[in-house]
Amino acid sequence: MKEATELRDEQQMIASILAGESHLFHELIRPYERSVYMMALSFLKSEADAEDAAQEAFLKAYRNLSSFRGEAKFGTWVISITLNEARSRLRRMKAVPMESLDEPPDEEGHVSPALLRDWREIPSESLERREMRHVLQEAIAALPAIYREIFLLRDVEELSIAEAAEVLQITPASVKVRLHRARMMLQKSLAPQLKQMNSKRRWFPWS
Amino acid sequence: MVLECKHVWDHISGYLDGALDAAVLEQVQKHLEHCEICSAILDSTRNILVLTADDRVYELPLGYSERLHARLEEELSGLKPAKKPTS
Repeated sequence: MKEATELRDEQQMIASILAGESHLFHELIRPYERSVYMMALSFLKSEADAEDAAQEAFLKAYRNLSSFRGEAKFGTWVISITLNEARSRLRRMKAVPMESLDEPPDEEGHVSPALLRDWREIPSESLERREMRHVLQEAIAALPAIYREIFLLRDVEELSIAEAAEVLQITPASVKVRLHRARMMLQKSLAPQLKQMNSKRRWFPWS
Repeated sequence: MVLECKHVWDHISGYLDGALDAAVLEQVQKHLEHCEICSAILDSTRNILVLTADDRVYELPLGYSERLHARLEEELSGLKPAKKPTS
């Protein structure tokens, strides 16, 4: 996630903040603004709720900065706080059907991928299209929570297996199993849609 | 030993992470050399990871950062981070 020198800088910054230079907190969190919002959004679905949860997570991080242990990375710690914040908000939203945070019973089962003959049917560079971004967001949002969070941490936030295991309080082996299933579920749901979108391209020269 | 397709699928994630044992990796690679279907599954999964890792998938709401820092500023100007619990 970070270079060693940046980590040292972070630790110095945290020490300075605790010693009274609180304005440095603005700078400390800048690299994590995006990750925290995204993790919140993946749970709460609404942009306004996600933004509010992100603000709350950063405030909690500030208030509890003295309990941050230097052996974890600050970024990993903030993401853990965000996950807790988002999960507890989700529980409080009584009107919204609860999404189970437990493992679905078929954890050990296989996910069969979508079969296709030519991988070039899946575009890898057409994200300028709003439609494409929407399809990707929907597919990620449709994953069960335990797969969505591991996918976001590893493949979007690029945490290491050990860091993801720490954030989620699960073993590295579970990280690997869940990540595999998450990726296969996405391949299964996205490959047919992306293939179809790609084939539309030649009819719409502006897209 | 020849791997069947569905056993190869179990290793796609590990393959993409470069985390397979040498023996398994060799079997998977052998299979991929002649299996169009599994190669397409592997490459489409890789492409999907490239797409989803792009920052443009999730856009931050306009003004998000400004509002965040404004709210933090309220807190920072009023309070110092709590000292370690005393009780």
